Amino acid sequence: MVKQKWGDRLGTGFIWAIPLTITAIFLWIIGDVFWHGLGQINWQFLFTAPIDAGRSGGIAPILVSTAWILLICMGVSLPLGIGTAVLLVEFSDIKTGFGQLIRRSLDTLAGVPSIVFGLFGNALFVKVFGLGFSILSGGLTLACMVLPLLIRSTEEGLRAVPQSYRLGAASLGISQTKTLWHLILPAAMPGFVAGFVLGIGRAIAETAALIFTSGYVDRMPSSWLDSGRSLSIHIYDLAMNISNGNANAYGTATVLITLLLMINALTSWIGATWTNHHFKF
Amino acid sequence: MHLNPDLILLWLVRGLGTISAILVLLILLFLFKEAFPVLREVGIGAFFFDAVWQPTKGKFNLLPMILGTLWTTLGAMILATPLGILSAIFCQFYAPDFLAKLYRRLLELLAGIPSVVYGFWGLLVLVPMINRIQPPGASVLAGILILTLMILPTIALIADASFAKVPTSYLTGSQALGISQWGMVWGVAVPAAKSGLMTAGILATGRALGETMAVLMVCGNVVKTPTGLFDPVRTLTANIALEMAYALGDHRSALFVSGLMLMVVVIGLIAVAEWVVAEGKNYG
Amino acid sequence: MTTFHPKNTIHPTAIRTENLSLSYDQKIAFQDISLPIPAQKITAIVGPSGSGKSSFLTCLNRLTDLTQQCRVSGKVYLAGKNIFDPKIDVIALRRRVGMLFQQPNPFPFSIYKNLVFPLKEHGITDRSHVEYLIEESLTAVGLWDEVKDRLKSSALRLSGGQQQRLCLARTLVLKPEVILMDEPCSALDPISTGVIEDLIKDLGDRHTIVIVTHNLAQAKRISHQTALFWSQKNVGHLIEVAPTQDFFQHPVNPLTQAYVTGLKG
Repeated sequence: MVKQKWGDRLGTGFIWAIPLTITAIFLWIIGDVFWHGLGQINWQFLFTAPIDAGRSGGIAPILVSTAWILLICMGVSLPLGIGTAVLLVEFSDIKTGFGQLIRRSLDTLAGVPSIVFGLFGNALFVKVFGLGFSILSGGLTLACMVLPLLIRSTEEGLRAVPQSYRLGAASLGISQTKTLWHLILPAAMPGFVAGFVLGIGRAIAETAALIFTSGYVDRMPSSWLDSGRSLSIHIYDLAMNISNGNANAYGTATVLITLLLMINALTSWIGATWTNHHFKF
Repeated sequence: MHLNPDLILLWLVRGLGTISAILVLLILLFLFKEAFPVLREVGIGAFFFDAVWQPTKGKFNLLPMILGTLWTTLGAMILATPLGILSAIFCQFYAPDFLAKLYRRLLELLAGIPSVVYGFWGLLVLVPMINRIQPPGASVLAGILILTLMILPTIALIADASFAKVPTSYLTGSQALGISQWGMVWGVAVPAAKSGLMTAGILATGRALGETMAVLMVCGNVVKTPTGLFDPVRTLTANIALEMAYALGDHRSALFVSGLMLMVVVIGLIAVAEWVVAEGKNYG
Repeated sequence: MTTFHPKNTIHPTAIRTENLSLSYDQKIAFQDISLPIPAQKITAIVGPSGSGKSSFLTCLNRLTDLTQQCRVSGKVYLAGKNIFDPKIDVIALRRRVGMLFQQPNPFPFSIYKNLVFPLKEHGITDRSHVEYLIEESLTAVGLWDEVKDRLKSSALRLSGGQQQRLCLARTLVLKPEVILMDEPCSALDPISTGVIEDLIKDLGDRHTIVIVTHNLAQAKRISHQTALFWSQKNVGHLIEVAPTQDFFQHPVNPLTQAYVTGLKG
């Protein structure tokens, strides 16, 4: 009896030690980046171009390129994602072969390594479409990557809309298009917003899929067809390929993590307001 | 003729759905298209039996990279699986509610940290530490440790969700029998959540196999089959990331072959995961 | 096998179903139902649960279209036209045949917008006309005095009984000829039930009403014609249809006799 009690206690101690360790490592990583990075950040860092391959100067063009890449990514993936989710939920195609096929492909797509997306983007957008290393190629590649995430979240939003709304609207002779537009989509809005924010979070963190689609160039892009360097690639390049680049790499990482933490806070805020106000608008 | 808007909508979303559905096929198609020239020229065997990896000289031995991917993934799974499952057990059965919530949020945050940031931290903090034990520091071990951190949240969050699905009647039943907490967790909860735990492991394996930036930054990238934990190593993904920028002709084609290999393994893993879930539904 | 009462043909019929059957996937919900529904009268459909009453109702406005695994055969004539004819405009059909559900289902809009939404969709946008129709329909369901000062507040803040009356007003605002009701009182308290029952009786003078109910007393109180559905080997059948008085006082079919005396069901 005594022996078992000791075993239980040892187990309990062990179980508490793991989260503590992981929390400590998390704080270490975030703390390390902020400790070294916060000092780098000022208006000049955010609003000037990199100098000397990024060793000094700022990250203005990199911020602009990142924003363009995200804009293209979301601009393409949102209609695709919402359309697919609407098909899966509203047209109950889910039990038919076609619905099953879509679901299977999306599950697979969600597991494809980002570097493979990069290869695909390089082969299709850069080469076949002839877009070259460009913001457009990078954005399109990321759009493919965030699609499963977006669809899942939109689907959840649509499924949370009570079926009685659909039946009620149909019984009043309201067309499916109008029902969707005026009733279902507004009611499912939190799902889209959550998907949108998650998608941005995933896209902004991505590096491997961009290296050989959007490219490396750290100049201010003048069009979508220019190569543009994202924040994450800038960190990689400064850390790996540029000697004495670490200080600005830390600064850039601080900016990136701050953006991600903001996105994360936004997501949980949406989650909280959703459950409270979902049926009161 | 008056067009019915509902019909237009249906065909519109069918069109969009079709694009989403064929993306995976397109990826496979393009990987294969680009990989095909070298496959036709030297065959699949060359990627395993050539003497060395010198793609510009027609030597395509990918084995060191394949083994690199294998060792780092395996090592990370051995560490992360128990840690992740124990983390989930902590959330479900040990921590007070507020702590469990807090820890889940932390795991979500960990899962959201960009891999390039993990790599950067690994490069500047972890690698020098390992270097002090045994140079050069950039090594299989560094890769394993970083990958462990990266896939642990995936395992913990999925395992947590599958523990949450275990019917409370099982648990209260065993408590009524006077079984200890520890015994209840291992004797009742873990077997009941088995299929969820396996799914967690499989999905995390996929994630570890495909991870690029972090391993690229901490593993040293030497093309050589590692003989110990402290040896530098290059993974398949790192190889693609490093060489794609300048690869031409057969070299480029060979990199697509390695991409195709990754894709095939990942598809296999997902099929296994689906099977596990289906089995779990039948017998769970 | 359906028992028809000879007096059943005294009213002009608004809806007539002919050998109507419906099945989901593998399961047959009901089979071969031929039921005449008199115009501007209240027809109650009674019977134990699982006898296909609600499924039958959803055929009458083709709400069955929303369920993909659902197959309908047979005919439903509304004013002489088969509504399952592919040439039929479903939107126009549903405007003529309104429906009230078991659970009140106001949209998550204001009271006002709940009524404006269907009007707008059917092209009624003239402001003063819209406002007139809204007041008229809310008055018809006895809700006008209760909500006229808070038309812009959310419909979801109304009580259950008020919500159901709003849903009725939302149906009435389109001036339907037929109103289908699927156990409209089963989610309500006795007082709200009384209010809705009075409304239904009132509406029965001008509308063709088909009401599905579990409650035999309710059918007896409000309807002019009663039909009994019964599940035989898991498939719903129409057993007997008769003017309500005859249905309860002189049922012909032994099943009906047993059901109305409380011996079965």
